[in-house]
Amino acid sequence: MKKSKVIKVDYLARVEGEGALYIRYDEAGVDDVQLKIFEPPRFFEAFLRGRDYLEAPDITARICGICPVAYQMSAVHAMENALDITPANEIRELRRLLYCGEWIESHVLHIYMLHAPDFLGYESAVAMAKDYPQIVQRGLHIKKIGNAIVNLIGGREIHPINVRVGGFYRMPTVSELQPLREELLKGRDMAIESARWVASLPFPEFKRDAPFAYEFVALSHPDEYPMNEGRIISSTGLDINAQQYEEYFAEEHVKHSNALHSVIKGREKGKDAYLVGPMARYNLNYDRLSPLTKSIAKEIGFPPFCDNPFQSIIVRSLEVLYAFDEALRIIDSYQRPHTPYIKTQAKAATGYAVTEAPRGLLYHHYSIDAQGKITEAKIVAPTSQNQKTIENDLRYLVPHYMHLEEEKLRALCEQAIRNYDPCISCATHFLKIHREKNE
Amino acid sequence: MKTMPKLAVWKFTSCDGCQLSLLDCEDELLLLAGQIDIAYFMEASSRQVDGPYDLSIVEGSITTADEAERIQKIRQQSHTLITIGACASSGGIQALRNFADVTEFTSLVYAHPEYIATLKTSSAISDHIRVDFVLQGCPINKAQLLEVISAYLNQRKPQIPAHSVCMECKLKGNICVMVAHGTPCMGPVTHAGCGAICPSYNRGCYGCYGPKENPNTASLSHWWQTELGSDNATLLENFRNMNAAAPAFATQSLTFIEKNHEEK
Ligand code: SF4
Ligand code: SF4
Repeated sequence: MKKSKVIKVDYLARVEGEGALYIRYDEAGVDDVQLKIFEPPRFFEAFLRGRDYLEAPDITARICGICPVAYQMSAVHAMENALDITPANEIRELRRLLYCGEWIESHVLHIYMLHAPDFLGYESAVAMAKDYPQIVQRGLHIKKIGNAIVNLIGGREIHPINVRVGGFYRMPTVSELQPLREELLKGRDMAIESARWVASLPFPEFKRDAPFAYEFVALSHPDEYPMNEGRIISSTGLDINAQQYEEYFAEEHVKHSNALHSVIKGREKGKDAYLVGPMARYNLNYDRLSPLTKSIAKEIGFPPFCDNPFQSIIVRSLEVLYAFDEALRIIDSYQRPHTPYIKTQAKAATGYAVTEAPRGLLYHHYSIDAQGKITEAKIVAPTSQNQKTIENDLRYLVPHYMHLEEEKLRALCEQAIRNYDPCISCATHFLKIHREKNE
Repeated sequence: MKTMPKLAVWKFTSCDGCQLSLLDCEDELLLLAGQIDIAYFMEASSRQVDGPYDLSIVEGSITTADEAERIQKIRQQSHTLITIGACASSGGIQALRNFADVTEFTSLVYAHPEYIATLKTSSAISDHIRVDFVLQGCPINKAQLLEVISAYLNQRKPQIPAHSVCMECKLKGNICVMVAHGTPCMGPVTHAGCGAICPSYNRGCYGCYGPKENPNTASLSHWWQTELGSDNATLLENFRNMNAAAPAFATQSLTFIEKNHEEK
């Protein structure tokens, strides 16, 4: 009689929604891993059909309350690609500033509220705050400054209203940005402290050697750390533009999930997963981080390449620091343009865009008709791209930690899922381990 | 020691934005945690304390048979239950399916529609259970959320103004975008709460807070068409977005479909 065990998570809260985990394993290894997403579908791609192209940023924002700016950015870039327009540099810069705000709020939420409690053994940041009040308060403070950026530029933190195809509805004045500058200076200092603290957390050992090494995929831009623009590159030499995305990547609908799994086409079965998000961005674009960010990475002894996903929390904290640095650079050189947006004229066309959401590549593709009504929409979110990699991580992780008691192993699996920040509450929930007897 | 009231936060079909508002209350969060027992809040804590709960906050709409069942159980365990956001108050943006064929929707998004279990409609929480207070908005205003929580903690009525976004503009001293720039604006029929953000950013309101009480949607539509030259499609898009299934907006939106048919 072979005794196999099951790790089961009934409510993994969210991977862009509600998810569950099921792992079946025995002494010989892992039989089955399923990251199940049971978040009910909301059919965005379907109901975007027939809607006006100008509505795309506001509608798609509602896909995710945690990274609405990312959806708005990919949407406006895709529409501008369709209409062949390139907004002025000031608009480009302000979009980057807005994105910095979202990276900060989203990353810091994850670092302090969702992930750090795992490393220190707490059920929540609120519980952690009893023992580490200053640290949690620092996290909340940094996050608040990120929110302030989105609030000022976007009009509000969640589902900003100021983003439009061609630019913004209203551009802030130079003097409106000044109070924000003061806050950002404070925030940057706190972000340095934060990176030092994060680097001091205890990290589980985990390595995926060849042939199971990760394939990292991120945008890359010659002059800057990637956010809104760049080519899609990978650690094994892929180098394509947004329009080619669907030629190289495909989505599979698997039975156990309401989300779609992405794979790289043309790869051997089992080796077609890839990884997007902070770790991929960092590994592929380290040299374009700001000097301050690189010097802090060096100080905390963190190398330019990271392939232990448990340390992605360090990468996030460095990206937060970078976002503060970059936001300050943008504010210091900001000039208000004469017109807040380029007036657009609808035409029958197709457009593509990829931007770097806090969690990784976010692909949008639209076709519109001569009246500007959307005839086709396709959106690929970072979480569906990482889903296979998360499952694979669990496959490799469990055999190495089988000696742990069940409760600890379950917690470690949860932590491994949160390494990918698969949308907020995939962070915090309760998993059950059952022993299952196989006859 | 006096026992603290138990708070639970529940998620149904949604984007999580409304419950995130609670975590966006950076200054108040730890204070709040000292006054109430956050007994169930999956987005913030892995701790799950069993009911009954003194206050339940519900985000999201009902789109599956499971959800329809789950909300009943939550009602039974909750002394007071409030809903937050457009999803919960009117079905949210995902209620656009109510006007279309959901089987077709499913096959557009997913390759294997047979794996997907979903209802034909997305409905408001109050279509299923008794709700003690409805806070509108997509997303809600976090200051209003704190007001509602504190009102229930102190057993008083929440102070949430019921007027329109239009009123908020007047109170703020904004110039009317409709009168001054001819920009179509849903402000006159939209529930207050956001602080008239869009007009403050030179943009017309698109109604994300949903209908105010007894909105004169017909008169606003007439104004848009005769004074601003808006077409049926634009009107339809504005009445059918984040609060498409709210009765006042849904009824008005049907008139544009009928007009479209007549014109054809
Ligand atoms: S009402 Fe809007 S912000 Fe709130 S959960 Fe629904 S979609 Fe998200
Ligand atoms: S759409 Fe209307 S209700 Fe929503 S934020 Fe803008 S002004 Fe406020």
